[in-house]
Amino acid sequence: MKPAPFDYVAPASLDEAVGAMATGGGDAKVLAGGQSLIPMLALRLARPTLLVDINRLPGLDGIREASGLLEIGALVRQRALERWAATRSPLFAEVLRHVAHPPIRNRGTVVGNVVHADPASELPAVLLCLEGVVVARGPRGERMIPADRFYRAPLTTALGPDELATAVRFTLPPPEAGWGFAEVSRRHGDFALVGAVAVVTRGDDGAVSRARLAFFGAGGTPTRALAAEQALAGRTATPALLGEAARAAAAALSPDADIHATAAYRRQVAGTLAERTLAAALARCGGAR
Amino acid sequence: MGAKYFGAAVRRREDPRYLRGEGRFVDDMKLPGMLHAAFVRSPHAHARITAIRTEAAKRLPGVAHVFTFADLERWMKPLPLFGAIPPGLSARVPVMMRQIGQLALCRDEARHVGEIVAMVLASSRALAEDGCELVEVDYEPLPVLADVIAAARPDAPVLYPEWGDNIALSFKAGFGDVEAALRGADARVRERFVIPRYVGMPIETRGVVAQWDARDGALTTWNGTQVVHFVQQGLVAALGLPPHKIRVIAPDVGGGFGTKANGYAEDLLIPAAAIASRRPVKWIEDRREHMMGSAHARAQVHDIEIAARRDGTMLAVRDRIWVDLGAYNSWGIVLPYNTVAHLLGPHRVPNLDVECLGVVTTKTPNAPYRGAGRPETVFAMDRIVDCLARELSMDPAELRRKNYLTEADMPYELHIPYRDGNPLVYDSGDFRAGLEAALTAVDYPALRAEQARLRAQGIHRGIGLSGYVEGTAIGPYEGATVRLDPSGHAVVATGACCQGQGHETSFAQIAADALGIPLDWVTVVGGDTAAIPFGVGTFASRSAVNAGSSIHEASGRVKEKIVAAAAALLEAAPSDIEVADGTVAVRGAPGSATPLAAVIRAAIPTFARPGVSALDFEATVYHHQPTVTYTSAVHVAVVDVDTGTGAVALRRYLVAHDCGKVINPVIVEGQIHGGVAQGVGGGLLEEMVYDEQAQLLTGTFMDYLVPTAMELPDIETVHLEYPSPRNPLGVKGIGEGGAISPPAAIANAVEDALAPFGVRVTRTPLGPSVVLGLLGRA
Amino acid sequence: MTRTIRVTVNGQEHERAVEVRATLADFLREDLDLTGTHVGCEHGVCGACTVLLDGEPVRACLMLAVQADGLRITTIEGVAPADGLHPIQEAFWAKHGLQCGYCTPGIIMSASAFLRERPSPSREEIREMLAGHLCRCTGYHFIVEAIEAAAQALAPPTPRPTSPRE
Repeated sequence: MKPAPFDYVAPASLDEAVGAMATGGGDAKVLAGGQSLIPMLALRLARPTLLVDINRLPGLDGIREASGLLEIGALVRQRALERWAATRSPLFAEVLRHVAHPPIRNRGTVVGNVVHADPASELPAVLLCLEGVVVARGPRGERMIPADRFYRAPLTTALGPDELATAVRFTLPPPEAGWGFAEVSRRHGDFALVGAVAVVTRGDDGAVSRARLAFFGAGGTPTRALAAEQALAGRTATPALLGEAARAAAAALSPDADIHATAAYRRQVAGTLAERTLAAALARCGGAR
Repeated sequence: MGAKYFGAAVRRREDPRYLRGEGRFVDDMKLPGMLHAAFVRSPHAHARITAIRTEAAKRLPGVAHVFTFADLERWMKPLPLFGAIPPGLSARVPVMMRQIGQLALCRDEARHVGEIVAMVLASSRALAEDGCELVEVDYEPLPVLADVIAAARPDAPVLYPEWGDNIALSFKAGFGDVEAALRGADARVRERFVIPRYVGMPIETRGVVAQWDARDGALTTWNGTQVVHFVQQGLVAALGLPPHKIRVIAPDVGGGFGTKANGYAEDLLIPAAAIASRRPVKWIEDRREHMMGSAHARAQVHDIEIAARRDGTMLAVRDRIWVDLGAYNSWGIVLPYNTVAHLLGPHRVPNLDVECLGVVTTKTPNAPYRGAGRPETVFAMDRIVDCLARELSMDPAELRRKNYLTEADMPYELHIPYRDGNPLVYDSGDFRAGLEAALTAVDYPALRAEQARLRAQGIHRGIGLSGYVEGTAIGPYEGATVRLDPSGHAVVATGACCQGQGHETSFAQIAADALGIPLDWVTVVGGDTAAIPFGVGTFASRSAVNAGSSIHEASGRVKEKIVAAAAALLEAAPSDIEVADGTVAVRGAPGSATPLAAVIRAAIPTFARPGVSALDFEATVYHHQPTVTYTSAVHVAVVDVDTGTGAVALRRYLVAHDCGKVINPVIVEGQIHGGVAQGVGGGLLEEMVYDEQAQLLTGTFMDYLVPTAMELPDIETVHLEYPSPRNPLGVKGIGEGGAISPPAAIANAVEDALAPFGVRVTRTPLGPSVVLGLLGRA
Repeated sequence: MTRTIRVTVNGQEHERAVEVRATLADFLREDLDLTGTHVGCEHGVCGACTVLLDGEPVRACLMLAVQADGLRITTIEGVAPADGLHPIQEAFWAKHGLQCGYCTPGIIMSASAFLRERPSPSREEIREMLAGHLCRCTGYHFIVEAIEAAAQALAPPTPRPTSPRE
C-alpha cells in the first residue's frame, strides 16, 4: 500500500505555506501529524499532487490559556495537550485518552484531528460543545470560523482549499461547571460507534443555568443537541428531566449505519450516553471531581 | 532415556534474535537486482474478462514487465487441491465432491473480489503499484453469489456451469435411529446458528521471494508458508522441474494459523516471474490484499436439533450444515468432515444424523484456520445444549455433567469414521473430569451466587461453558533426519515448519533427551525442502506428535550408533554404556568418561586402522501416524453486559484442558492463550463482511477488529494429563484447542447474562449493536 | 521526487536521498538495512513498526522519511547493548512474551518509553499501553507479565538504610 506520487514542500513560514496551498489549486494537502492523512495516501483514497509539510513552521506549537480561552496551535501534538491536561483539565485528559493510542497521539495534532472532521472523532464534538473557533489563514488573511459553522459533512469543513488552520480555540468551562464524557467503541482507542460530551453549570438555586451537549458518531458531523440544552436551561435537573432531554436529543439525530452499528443503535445509545454524561456533569458541578 | 528436558519450561532458544530485531522474515530478504511485484486484482465478485491492455503500464519508467495469463500460459496449471477423500472414508460415507483448481492468473473469468488478473514487476513496490493502476481491464459483470443458503438453492445462478448447481460437496453421516429417538423424547429443541466468516489474520502478511539460477537450472523460493513441501509439489507440477531443483524455504514466519498453509497463486506466480524475467522477484502482500486474497475461514450455518429425556439424558442430535466454501473448493473433505466428526464432542449421544453441504460462492476461498471446522461445530452443539438446558430448567453445567464421557468410557467409538478414514475412537481422556476441574477452578457455585447478587443491583453478569474433544495431529507422517557433526552436536532436520510455536526449542528438548547431549548442542532445521526430501507441514496441531515422534525415534537410533561406537572404543558391552550431557562412560567406571567428540573421532578411518565402528551417526525416520489422538477441554467465560449500550466485557476466561504429556509447559500455555485470543475475537469482534454484491466491506484493520490486550483478561489454565497411547511420547496436539470454544462459551455467557430478557443468541460476533438488537432496543 | 535527508538512527548519522513518498519504515528497512522494524498494516493500527522519535513512540509507517530529517530515531537494533540483552528483552525472554516475534520489536519500543514514564505500572495500565499493539500469537497474557517483570528489573535498587556514621 504505497502512496501515489506527489510533490512535497516544507515551507519555513506561514506565508510560504499559504502560497504553496494556493499553488496546489485545490490538489494540495497539509501534512501536520499525518496520522489521518498518511493512511489515506497509502490506501490511495487521497491523491494530492502536493503535500505542504507545516512541521517546520515556527510559533504553532503553543498551548495558551487566557481569559477562559484555551488556544492550541496547529503543531500541538495530542500527547502534549494530554500532558498539559493531566493537571489542568480532567475533561481534556479523559477525551484524549480515547483518541487512538499513544504512538498516534505523539504525532497526531489537535488541530489536525479537529479539521480532519471524521464524524466519529471526539475532538470535533468537544469543539462544538465548548463553542470553539477554528483560526484559519488563507491568501486573503486570517478568519475565525465558529464551531457551529465549521462542520459541513463527513471529512468536509468550511476551510477553503487554499486555507490552513493555524490554531483552535476552546472556550473553557468555568471552574464550577461539571463535565461528562462517554463513548462506546468496539475496542479501546477505536473510533466511537457513538459518543457524547456534556458541560453543565448549575446556579446557586440548584437549577441548571447552562447546558451544552454534543454527540459524535451520530451523523455526518458532530451535532449539538440544542433542543435538549434548551429543555434543561433554568430547570432543576431530576433524573426524569435528564431522561426526557436525552431522549429528545436522540430523536433529533440522523445517524448512519455501517458494518459496526445500525442507525437505530446509534440513536438509541446516543440517548443513553446523553443521560449518563449529563448526570456525570451535574455530579461534577461545583468543583466536585 | 533420561528425561532431562522433556517437560521442562526451558527458555526458547530462538528468542534472542527476535528480541534483537535480527529475525529473517521474507520481507527482510534482499537479493541483488531484485524486482518487486504487485498485482491487478478483480474489483468484481464475478465477471468475465474480455480484454486486458498493458501497454500504458509497460511504458511507465521503472516497470520492467507486465504479465497476464497469456504471457505465462505454459506454467498456468491449476493450483494444488487438498482434501481428497481417503478410501477408508469413502467406503463408509458416500460423498459427492467436485473440485476445480484455481488458475494463478484469471484466464477469462474472475470469481471473487481480489482474484489476480495481472502482475506488474518494477524496480520498487510503489512503482509496481503505479503500474497496476495503468493496466486496463474490460470486465463484464456476472451474477454474484453472496449468501451461502441462497447459493445452495437449485434456482441460484451457477458459478460453474458444468456443475448445474453450486453444491461442491454433499454427504450424510450418522448412526442409530434419530427419528425414533426424536419421537420418543421428552424435550426437543431446534435452532439455526450462524458462524460468520472470520480469519487467522497473522500480523505478518504473506510474502514470496524467488530466484532462478540459470547455471544450476534451479529455483530457490523463500515463502512465508506453513507447508514447504506442498508448495514444492505445486511448483514441480507447474514448472516441470524435478523436486531437487526446486528449493522452498520458509524463513522466520510471523504467524500462520492455517492461513499460510494453502496453495496460493502467488506461490507460483513469483517463481514464474523470476524465471520469465531472469531477475529475482519479491512480493510482499499488503494488508488490504491480505483481506481479500488470503484464505478466509469459518462461515457455516447449522440447523441443529437435540432431543433428550426429562432428566437431561441426551438421546439424539440432528444437524443440517451449510459450509460457505468461497469460489473454489480447494480443501475438499477437510472442513465439512471435520465439522461433522467433532459435532458430538464430549457428549454421549446414541443417535446422530448429519447432512452437510459445501457450497461455492463468489467470495475468497475458505480454508482451514485454527480449529478448522471444530469451532463452528462446537458453537452449534454448545449453543443447542444450553438451549436444551433452558428448556429443561437445568443448569448448563449440570446438563453437561450428566452427558459427558469419562475415563471409564475410553476407548469410546463413535460409529462414523474420522476424516482420515480410520475408525473414530476417542483414545484417552476424561471429559467429565475436565468439566469438574474447570468448574472447581472457577468456583462455579460462587460465580452463580455472585451473579444473583449483581443481578439484584442491575448488573448483568453471565457465565458460559463450552467443551470440545479434538482429533489432533493428523498424519500420515512428518519425518526427521538426525545427524551428528564431528563435534557431537546434532542437526535435526524435519518437514515441520515454524511460525512461532517454538520448534527450535521443543524439538531440541526431545532430541537432546534421546541422544544424551546438552540442549544447546541441538540445532533444529525446519521449513526447508533441501533439508529433508519428504514432508507434510505444520497445521492441524500435528507437529509435536508427528515430527516429535520421528525426532524421538531417529535420535534413539543415532544414540544406538553412539553406544555401539563407544562400546567398541571403550571395550565394554553396549548395555554398559551410558550417554549423558555429551559424555559417554562405562557404567560404574567414572574414569572411563569420554567426550562424545572423541567417540566420533575414533570412528574416522586412519591410514593405520579402520574406524572403531561405521562412520555413521545419522538416522532418518518417517514415523507413521495412521490416525489422530484426542485432546479435550472445557472453557468457562464470564461476561458483564451493559444493557444500555450492548457492550460485552469479558471479565474472566478459564481453560481446563488435556493435551497429553507436555514437552514444554510454557510453550503449551502460550499456545492456549493465543488460541483463546483468536476465539474471543471470533466471539466478540471479528467478521469478514460482504455486501449483497459480494463486495468485501472489511478492507483494513479499522474494519476487521483483532482483539487487543484491553478486550482480553488474564487467561487462567488448568492442566490435566491423559497421555496419548498412540505415539511413543504420549503427546497430543495443542496448537488449535484454545480457539475452539471461546465463541460458544461467550455466546452462552451473553445469553446467560440476558436470561431475564429471554434473549436467544444465534450468531457472533456479539458486538454492541448486535446485543442491543437482541434486546429489541436497536 | 527525491530529497536528501540527514537522520540520526541509534546514535549514528546517515545522509541519504529518499523518495518523498517513502515512509520512515521503508527508509529504515530498505535504505539502512535495519529490518528489525516490521511492517504489518501500513495504516498505523497494528503497531509493529513502532520506533522512538526523540524518545517517544511513533508509527514509522505513518511518517514520511523526509519528515525525519534532522531528527533522532531509535529502533529495536538500538536497544540491546553490544553483548547480551536489555532488561526489557530479558524479561520478555524469561516470561515467554513472544512467539513468532513479528510484533515484538514494536512492543519493546513502546514498553521502553512507557516504563520510563510509568516505572511501576498496574496491569491495567500495561494493558492500556499494549492496546496500541496487535499480537495474534500470545493473547497478551505473557506480554503483560513480561512488562511487569521488566518494570521490576528496571526499578532502582532499594537504597540501604544509612547508618549514623555515614
